[in-house]
Order: sequence, then C-alpha cells, then structure tokens
Amino acid sequence: MKKKVLSLVLATAMVASTFAGMTANAEEEGKVLNIRVWNTEFQERLVDHYPGYEKVDDTHGKIGDVDVVWNVTPTTDNAYQNALDEALLAQADAAADDKVDMFLVEADYILKYTDSEYAMPVADLGITDDETAQQFQYVKDLATDSNGVLKGLSWQAAPAVLIYRRDMATEVLGSDDPETVQAAVADWDTFLETAGKMKEAGYKMTAGAADSFRVFSDNVTSKWVEDGKINIDDNIMKWVSMSKEMVDNGYTTTAGLWSDDWSKGFYEDGDVFCYFGPAWFFDFSMAGDAEGSVGINGGWAVTKGPQAFSWGGTWLCAATGTDNATLVADIMRQLTCNADIMTEIATLKGDFVNNQGAMEALAADESFGDAILGGQNPIPMFLEGVTTIDRSNICNYDQGCTESFQTAMNNYFDGNATLEEAIELFNTSVLEKYPELTPADVPAAE
Amino acid sequence: MKHGKSKVVSYNKWGYIFLAPFAIVYVIFSLIPLISTVYNSFFENYRSGLSQVGPNFVGLANFQALLSNGELATYFGNTMIMWILGFVPQILLSLLLGAWFSDPQLRLKAAGFFKSVIYLPNLIMASAFAMLFFTLFADTGPINSILINLGIGQVRFMTNVWTVRGLVAFMNLLMWFGNTTILLMAGMLGIDTALFEAAQVDGATSTQVFFKITLPLLRPILIYVMITSLIGGLQMFDVPQILTNGTGDPMRSSMTLIMFLNKHLFSKNYGMGGALSVLMFFITGILSLIVFKMTNTKVE
Repeated sequence: MKKKVLSLVLATAMVASTFAGMTANAEEEGKVLNIRVWNTEFQERLVDHYPGYEKVDDTHGKIGDVDVVWNVTPTTDNAYQNALDEALLAQADAAADDKVDMFLVEADYILKYTDSEYAMPVADLGITDDETAQQFQYVKDLATDSNGVLKGLSWQAAPAVLIYRRDMATEVLGSDDPETVQAAVADWDTFLETAGKMKEAGYKMTAGAADSFRVFSDNVTSKWVEDGKINIDDNIMKWVSMSKEMVDNGYTTTAGLWSDDWSKGFYEDGDVFCYFGPAWFFDFSMAGDAEGSVGINGGWAVTKGPQAFSWGGTWLCAATGTDNATLVADIMRQLTCNADIMTEIATLKGDFVNNQGAMEALAADESFGDAILGGQNPIPMFLEGVTTIDRSNICNYDQGCTESFQTAMNNYFDGNATLEEAIELFNTSVLEKYPELTPADVPAAE
Repeated sequence: MKHGKSKVVSYNKWGYIFLAPFAIVYVIFSLIPLISTVYNSFFENYRSGLSQVGPNFVGLANFQALLSNGELATYFGNTMIMWILGFVPQILLSLLLGAWFSDPQLRLKAAGFFKSVIYLPNLIMASAFAMLFFTLFADTGPINSILINLGIGQVRFMTNVWTVRGLVAFMNLLMWFGNTTILLMAGMLGIDTALFEAAQVDGATSTQVFFKITLPLLRPILIYVMITSLIGGLQMFDVPQILTNGTGDPMRSSMTLIMFLNKHLFSKNYGMGGALSVLMFFITGILSLIVFKMTNTKVE
C-alpha cells in the first residue's frame, strides 16, 4: 500500500513537473546541461553563434547560470555510441544534474537513436513545422523515425563533392578550372585514366582506398542488413574492384580515414590530388588553418565528381528525460532554424547549412567565396547535389558494417588475403559486433 | 588433565583478523567475479543497439561456438608466437645482464644507474609506448623516411605479418627485460658466495660456474619469472591493440586472445565473453602446471 501511495505521489510530481517545464522559463530548470558529442565541432558552433554562451574551458561553458558540460567520446571503435548507450539506459535513474540533456548523432547510426524512445520528438520541444520549413527534406527524412515523427535537427546538410588540388590540376590537366577537372573525373573510367596521369606525375589520386567508399555506399540499392542477414550491395563490390585496381597500380594507398598517413595530403608537401567530402569536411577536417596546409593558401577547389553523394552530417537530439527542455529547444532553434545564424555559420565557416533560403541567397552572392577553395563559391554545386540525395537505404548497422568492411578489405588490397578471405573476415567482424545477424554470402572463388 | 580455564592465551583470533582484509578483498574482487564469469558463460546475453537480448540459458552453446571454428586456436597461436618471440631474447638478455651485474669480479661502474635505466621502459604506459611505435613505423613515418634516405626503400611494417608480430615482441622485450633482470639478479645475489669460491678453487671456468652453479640454484626464480611472464603473455593486449588499431591485422595475425575477448565486450556480449574467459582460465592453468612440472623435475 505504501508503495502504491509513493508511486502515485512520484507520478503526480512527474506530471506536475512536465507541465511546469512547459510553462516555466529556463530559470526553473536544471542548472547543468549535459551534452554528449564526439568532437569539438558543435561546441565551436555554440561558442561562436549561440547568444550568451561563455566558454569556461575545453569541456565547460556557461549559458546564463546554467553550467554546460561537454562529454566528449571519440567515434572510433563504436566508443561514442557505447558510452552514449550506457548513459541513455541509465537515464531514468540518473540524478537530474547527471541526465543527458542533449546528444549528437551522425547519419551512420542516427536511426538507432531516433527509432528509440530515447530521443524526444522535436514537436514536443515546441519547435513547429513552420520553423523547420526552410530545412532540406533529406536532412529531416534521416532524422524521422519509422512512425514518421521528427526526432532530430541539423544545422548542416552534407551533399558532397570532389575536392582537388589546384596546383596539381594545373600541372597535370592543364587547368585548375572546375569544368576542366570535372571532364577528367566525369565517371569512374575517366577517373581511373586521370589517376594514371597523376601517377606519372608522381602524385596519388586519393589518399586511401576508403576515400571513394562513401561515393559508392551512398548510391546503393540495398541495405547493409536485409532481413537479419548481412548484405553487400553490388555498388560496394564495384568499389572493391576499383579500389583493388587503384592500390595495385599505386594510384592510392590503404591508409585508413583519419590516420596520419592519410591526412598528410592536407599539407603542401603531400602528394594527394583529391579527397571526397562535403562542406564540413573541407571547412573542419582539412587542417585549413594550419601552417603549411594546402587550405591556408586557398589551394583547393571543388567539382561535382563522378557521382553525387552525401557523407555524414550531425544531428542534435534532445534526450528524453532532460531537465533542461526549454534551453535545449532554444539551442536547437537558434542553431538550426535561425536564418541569420545559419548565414553566419555559412559565411564564417564555409559550412553548407540546412536552410534553403540562406543557401540560395549565398549561391547568388557573387562576392561570396570560400578561402580554403581560393575564393570559389561551392554553394551552387551543393544546392544541385542536395536535391538528388536519397538515403532510403540506411539501417541501424551502417557504422559497424562500414568500419568492418573497410578494415577487412584493406587486407585484400594489400595482398594479404583473397577477396573471399577478406569477406569472411568482414562477416566475422560484423558478427562480433551484432551477434544476432547471419553472415553474408561469400562469392565462390573463381 | 585439568579442564576449565586455560592459562594459555590464544592468539588464533589475531591470525584471522590479520588475514581478514586479504580474504575479504579476494572474495569481493576475485572470487565473486570469477564465479559470475562462469555463470555468465552459460547464457546468451548481449546488447544490440539499445535493446537487450537475453539473458537466456543456452547451456554450453557459447563454448561450442568458440571451439567449433578455428578462431580460438588461431588467436591462441598468435598470442604464444608473439610471447615466445619476445620472451626468449628477453630471458637470455636478462640472464646475461643479471650475471654481469651480480659478478663482483667485473667491478662494473655506475651499476645502479644502468639498473635504473634498463627498468625505465617499464614505467611508460604500454599504450603510449605502442602509440609511439605506431607513429614511428607508419608508412610515412620517420623510420620509413630514414630507410628511403638510406636507399633501402619503404617498408610497410603494418601490412606484413612478421614485422607486426616482431614489433609487438620487440616492444614487450623492451618493456620487460629490465624487470626480469632485476628479479634474476636478486636470485643470483642470493646464492651463497662460498659456492663460487669453492668452484674457483677447484678450477672451474666462469662458463662452468654459470651453468653448473648459478643456473641450477636460480631455478626457483626462473620458474617464477617464466610463469608470471607466461600469464602476462597470455594476457597480452594493449601493445598489439594500439599498434594495429584494434584490428589485429594483417588478417588478424596479431590478434591476441584478450583482443578477441575485447571484441565481444563491445557488444556487451557477456555470454561469449564469459565463455572465452573460462577457457582462458583453463589454458592459463594448464600451461602454468606444465611449466611448473617441467622445471620442477629432479629437484630435491
């Protein structure tokens, strides 16, 4: 009986606090805002653009009298998701100040969180469809759960392009003009021909085999997992055969994405002709502000590349059970819906922001250009790309499968395994991560 | 015999009181986890994304799965190969250094200094050490630029089975030879000097002294060193994990048993993880027994 009374009291208190949260202002909410991230990108956005954010140190800040605590866990080896899962599963029992208030997710695994009860519907935060009307549809689609409820918002869209070095293009292809370069990389056959020319000149076409992976994996016609069975799409197998050819011919290496060997190409003394990536890649990842980098002198330029694709993107989700709903809603509003702030991010950082109007205005702005790209305005290219993005083949297992696949295939590219052995290894590795799946068919050896 | 109050004061309880801290810590931190590991190994129990599967009792299915494909044997083989590659040179080097340091006739100068220096690598965190080697031996790292400048050409250390295993063994050797040297030296210094003098009076050479006197009398310490190193070797994890980025590549030829265990723990697969741990417990036990038996024969 006592228990019943207690639970009734608690339930009433909870309902009451929910209502209180809706009507009261931020002052009556929690004093600690816990944000889970895997790098500092979003923190930099908040520092630069959120009104009233004061930076205390690398993992702490203040908004009014609320302490902002950044909990950073790197993505590698699923570490970010594992840490986030632990926190979310413990969310109900955590003290108010320890609850996750907001977490960020990437396209590779967004479905895992939006399709769970751990992410709050955006509408419940009071953000209306009108406010998000200017956001690109594919970005909203990715953050929509299986019942059609929008659970996350993003400040960026990630249509991606081919990013090439102007000096090498001039030397080998005769011009650094995007149209000339586009003609040399118009499809994968000409791409390989150009790679041959680059090799003769002593350059590598790409830094690693994994570079072109996203172009292929974004244009698949089936999912990584179909009916509980691991599935390797035909387009992925095309990537494998092309990459094998490129590695064997010395057009590229097997350096993994984000490794030291791979990122040497960001610098003047590097030997890499091109990278594939969206706006966040060249504005945030290519060492554009480092001494001696290609980007600092505006040495890069972009062109469409062999195939349109998108890569990644970061979404903001409000964690169910947050005690700072008003503040979280305001952060989401300011950083994803506020057109002025969107334009600011785009002009200051070169990000392709998630706001059709702002982007169209910038595309038409003759004076706008990206310093890393030597003043080229990439926005029209992105606007063209963003309309063709189709991410209907995402699934919960994307990140784990992608990582395992690239690692396993490197053994094949390096000549340490046959294709069959590499696929066996991929199966083994994925089954360790997701024991409930059944392995993919291994093509019979020829 | 008179019964009743004894005048003898019993100190027994003090024995138990002094033993209690160890016993309590042992039960909480070793015995209970050990039993729960065994218990867990009989269940299907993992997490897929945010949903929990199990725990469902599956009997010996986890053991069956582990033992039915050759993976376990491969990783056990990798572990032993990398351990032996590191341990054999390590014990030879340590015996040599130990013999030199403990030989009063050599009158080594600054022995204390060198003893500290050889121990220093052990103070570096293994993962930091592995990170350093990872950077040094990367495809475009400093070692490769030296090799290219010398005209030897690029060596892709991380894509060859034996260079990766060799690097792991070399790192373990560097980290642990100082420790082993100190242990062996302590053993050597514990030998009665009268025996050496007697041998010299009888005209034994220093080689004979080493093999006929030092080595046999060092046996208990050698057994200790071998068993601790074997157990440490079986638990090899951080060095190959960091050096190969957790992949154990090429083709998992440098994946150790604990790295394999770690793979299962990423999906919180307590069932498989438990089964693997139980198997490792037996492997370690059996190997230690073998070492013990082998080195303990004909000792009086």
